Amino acid sequence: MPDFSLWPLLGIAVVMLGFLLKFNPVLVVTVAAFATGMAVKMPVMIWLESLGTAFLKTRNLPLILLLPLAVIGLLERHGLREKAQNWIQQIKAATTGRLLLVYLALRESTAAAGLTSLGGHPQMVRPLLSPMAEAAFEQKHQSLPDKIKYKIRAMSAATDNIGLFFGEDIFVAFGAIILMHTFLRESGIETDPLHIALWGIPTAIAAFLIHGSRLLRFDAYLARQLKDELKQAPQQEQRHD
Amino acid sequence: MISMTLLYYVAALLFFAVAFFSTKDKRYSSALFWFSYGLIFLLGDFMPPALVGALVVLMALVAGLGGVKGGTYPTLELQQRLDSVKRLGNKLFIPALMIPLLTVFSVLVLVHIQGDGWSLLDPKNATLSALGLAAFLAILAALHLTREKPTQALKESSRLIEAIGWAFLLPQLLATLGLLFNQAGVGETVSQLTSLYLNLNHPFLAVSCYAIGMVLFTIIMGNAFAAFPVITAGIGIPLLVIQHGGNPAIMAAIGMFCGYCGTLLTPMAANFNIVPAALLELPDKNAVIKAQAPTAVLLLGVNIILMYVLMF
Repeated sequence: MPDFSLWPLLGIAVVMLGFLLKFNPVLVVTVAAFATGMAVKMPVMIWLESLGTAFLKTRNLPLILLLPLAVIGLLERHGLREKAQNWIQQIKAATTGRLLLVYLALRESTAAAGLTSLGGHPQMVRPLLSPMAEAAFEQKHQSLPDKIKYKIRAMSAATDNIGLFFGEDIFVAFGAIILMHTFLRESGIETDPLHIALWGIPTAIAAFLIHGSRLLRFDAYLARQLKDELKQAPQQEQRHD
Repeated sequence: MISMTLLYYVAALLFFAVAFFSTKDKRYSSALFWFSYGLIFLLGDFMPPALVGALVVLMALVAGLGGVKGGTYPTLELQQRLDSVKRLGNKLFIPALMIPLLTVFSVLVLVHIQGDGWSLLDPKNATLSALGLAAFLAILAALHLTREKPTQALKESSRLIEAIGWAFLLPQLLATLGLLFNQAGVGETVSQLTSLYLNLNHPFLAVSCYAIGMVLFTIIMGNAFAAFPVITAGIGIPLLVIQHGGNPAIMAAIGMFCGYCGTLLTPMAANFNIVPAALLELPDKNAVIKAQAPTAVLLLGVNIILMYVLMF
C-alpha cells in the first residue's frame, strides 16, 4: 500500500459512479465536490466558501454561450433556419457530409490562425450549420425522420469541436501552448513555444483526415439508416390503427 | 468600456428575465433557480463567498432533483415565418454573421482603442468583451430588421436559455469542482500513484502509458489543461524525458492532443459535449460524444504512433 492518503480521490470515485449510474450530472458534481471536501476534512463553512469563491471566479464561462442567444432567438423567430435551408438547397452538389467537410476545413484552418470565435455552437452550429446539414439531407431524400435529424445535429456539433480543438493548438499564441511552455520551464526543461506549436501539426492533419473521411462516408451511412427507418415505419403505423 | 463586470450585469438581466417568465408560467422552482443565478452575477462580488456557495448548493439541488423545467414560448406560425423570410431575404444572415465577424474584428483591431487608464475592451478578457460588443451591435441590427421590441429579444433569449436548462450550470460547476480537486491535492495523489506503480522500460509502453494517462485523467477532470501538469509531472518527465531521453516539445504538443481526445469522450467537458446536445435539443445528452468517439479513438492511436516515432 502507498504511504500517502488516497482520500483526495474520493471525489473522482463519486463522479465515475454517478455518471455510470446516470444520475443527473449537476447532482453528481455537487456530491463529488462535497465528498472531496469531507475527505480532506474541510469544515463545512470553509467548503462553502471555497465553493462560492471558485464559482465567482468561473463566472466568465457561461458568457460565451449566453451573449449570442438573444440575436439567434430573434432571427430564428423570423425564419433564419428556413432561410439557411433554402440557401443550401440551391447548391445542387451540397450533401450533409460534404457541407460538414467544408465546415471542418474552414473551422480548423481559421482556428489555427487564431480566429477561434468564427465558429461555435450558439453562433454557428444551431442557427446555420445544422439547419443547412439537415436541409441538404432532406433535399436529396425527401424525408427527414427525427432519428436522422438528431444524428446530423450531433455530427454538426462534433465537427465544430474537432475543428476547433485540433486547429487552435497549433496557433502559437494560444493559451495551451503558453501553459505547456510555462509548465516545462518550471520543471527545469527549456523548450521553444514555436516548436511545441509546430509539432502539433502532424496530429492536426491526422485529425482532419480521420474526421474528414468519416464525414465523406456519413452520407452513405445516413442513407442506410433512412432505409432501415422506412422499413420499420409501416409497421409502426399499423400499430397506431 | 466593456468590462467583465458590465457583462456580468447583462448576464444577470438575462437570467432575471428567465426567472420572470417562469414565474408568470407558475414554474416556481425554475424561477428560483434562474433568480439565484442572476443574483450571483449581479451581487456576487458584494456577497460573502459562503453565501454564494450556499446559493450554488441550492441551485444544484433544484436542478439535480428535476426542478428546472423548460417553458413554452409562443413562436410565429410557419406562414408568418416564411413571409418574414421573403421580406428579409439574405439580410437575415447579417446579424447572425455579425457576431463572429465583429468579434474577430474587435479582438484584432478595436482592442487597441484605449486612452489613459481607459480602453474600449477589457484587454485581459479581449475575446469575451469583443463578443459582448459584437452581440450588442448584432441585437440592434436584428431588432431593426425584424421590427421587434427589445422585450421580444429578452423573450427569445429566455426561450433558448430554458431549452438548455440545467446544462447551463454544468460547465461552471465542473470548473468549480476542478478548483476544489486542486485544493484537496488530487493531482499530487495521482502523480504519486503513477510514479509508484509505473516502471516501464520500453519506450513504446512508456509513450502509451503517458498518452492513455492523459486521456483518462482528462475524461475524469473534463479538461486537458488540468490533466497536463499532473500526468506530465507523474509520467511524462520522469519516464519519457529523463529515463528515455525523448524530446519534451514533441511530448508536450502531442500529449496535449491526447488530452483533447479525452475531452471529446467525456460528459465532464460539459461546455463542448453536454451543453451543445441541450442547445440542439437532442433527446440523448451523450449524442455528441457518441458522434465524436470514433474520431477520438482513432486519433489517439495515431498520436501514440506519432509520439513514439517522432520523439526517439
